[in-house]
Amino acid sequence: MSEPVKDKNWKPRIVAFCCNWCSYAGADLAGNNRLEYPATVKIIRIPCSCRLNPLFILRAFQRGADGVILCGCHPGDCHYTSGNYFARRRMTLLFSMLNFLGVEKARTRVEWCSAAEGVRFAQIMNDFVAQVTSLGENKRLEDVRCKPAK
Amino acid sequence: MQTSEISSRVLARAEELLSCGKVQMVIGWRKGLFDYDITPSLFTTSDDLKKNFVYNEWCGANLSKYLVKETRAIETAKDTVRTNNKMAKMKNPDATDAPEPSAKVLVFLKPCDTYSFTELLKEHRIFRDDVFAVGIPCDGMKDPEKKEISERCTVCKSKKHITYDELIGEDGDVQDSKRFDMVEKIESMSPDKRFAFWQNEFSRCIRCNACRDVCPACTCERCIFDNPKSGASQKVAADDFEESMYHIIRAWHVAGRCTDCGECSRVCPQNIPLHLLNRKFIKDINELYGPYMAGSDMETKPPMLNYQKDDAEPSIIKEAK
Repeated sequence: MSEPVKDKNWKPRIVAFCCNWCSYAGADLAGNNRLEYPATVKIIRIPCSCRLNPLFILRAFQRGADGVILCGCHPGDCHYTSGNYFARRRMTLLFSMLNFLGVEKARTRVEWCSAAEGVRFAQIMNDFVAQVTSLGENKRLEDVRCKPAK
Repeated sequence: MQTSEISSRVLARAEELLSCGKVQMVIGWRKGLFDYDITPSLFTTSDDLKKNFVYNEWCGANLSKYLVKETRAIETAKDTVRTNNKMAKMKNPDATDAPEPSAKVLVFLKPCDTYSFTELLKEHRIFRDDVFAVGIPCDGMKDPEKKEISERCTVCKSKKHITYDELIGEDGDVQDSKRFDMVEKIESMSPDKRFAFWQNEFSRCIRCNACRDVCPACTCERCIFDNPKSGASQKVAADDFEESMYHIIRAWHVAGRCTDCGECSRVCPQNIPLHLLNRKFIKDINELYGPYMAGSDMETKPPMLNYQKDDAEPSIIKEAK
């Protein structure tokens, strides 16, 4: 595994892909309720969890993300009936492949979170940030050219 | 049946069909400079067939992909005549219709090629009416570099022909293959070892795109790897990330459609075991969503275009120790 980060103030950069119809509103609710989660979580709104192209995940890692999380509607609640079911199959296979190639499994995650679950959204993010912090910087899928100059 | 006997029967049949006008084109294997140096090719004359056609243990190339282009050309020609006839009728209602050109392509398919062929038919990439498919038996093809039976043939999944119009020799059966052994071996390594293993393999990649070009499942007109706006079209990979990205995405795009014909690894000039990535997807699909063999029939829904309400959650993927 990668080496633990020595700098105690280091915060992982997280990209959260959120479904427009549930988790994005859930994030909004979390904000309205003044619930705290690390500011290093960058939310990207997508129309449905199945909009997520695997290339997006790889790109996020390339451009310096340390963890990528996909939030979608609970299975059965998809705005487009079945999008999240397809997303579920795809992400399962993609994560399995990343694992097969030796990329840490804990850097990727899929969570189902509805618009009413603001508290849960904040919890998920806190939990995920803690998980990625323990892994340290993303080294296995990084692109050195995309690193900011020190 | 001996390979030489099959070879002579295949050639005789090709000449017969071509001379009687049943087919206008033959897709087969052309002799090269050396015995093992054989390329897929299109034959249109008997002379050419007699001189250059060959079928032996070096003919590993899967011919099904070439049908996409050839049958499309035939259909386009038909369509043009139809449109012209329609236009002529508009000008003059008494105009006589020009006859529609009809052409057929003869193709020789080994058992594993018929899987790719069926998968392409299933995806409507080939027009079945324009093809005359002849199944030929196969006892395993040789690897030109190692000069012995290639890895993909030692773990042959099936000797059964799925789709054909005519069969030369006898049909075999689906085999109990050990093709997932190597995947399991890599799975059992530690993540660090796995990462090192794949970095070692991928670092040899020269991004020639041969694995994409030869793959019978990769038939997109516009490929993401050719689109300069996709950010994935660079030729030489500049660093580790680009190497892994290309290979993940390439295997991903054929997940659930790959028939495990092994062409990607056969053509790889750097001998990267690319088929292992595809096999990993096949293995996962089999384990998670029930056994599925792409190209084994025309009816079953492909796993990536299907879902069950109680599918496994992505958290099922556990980090190996």
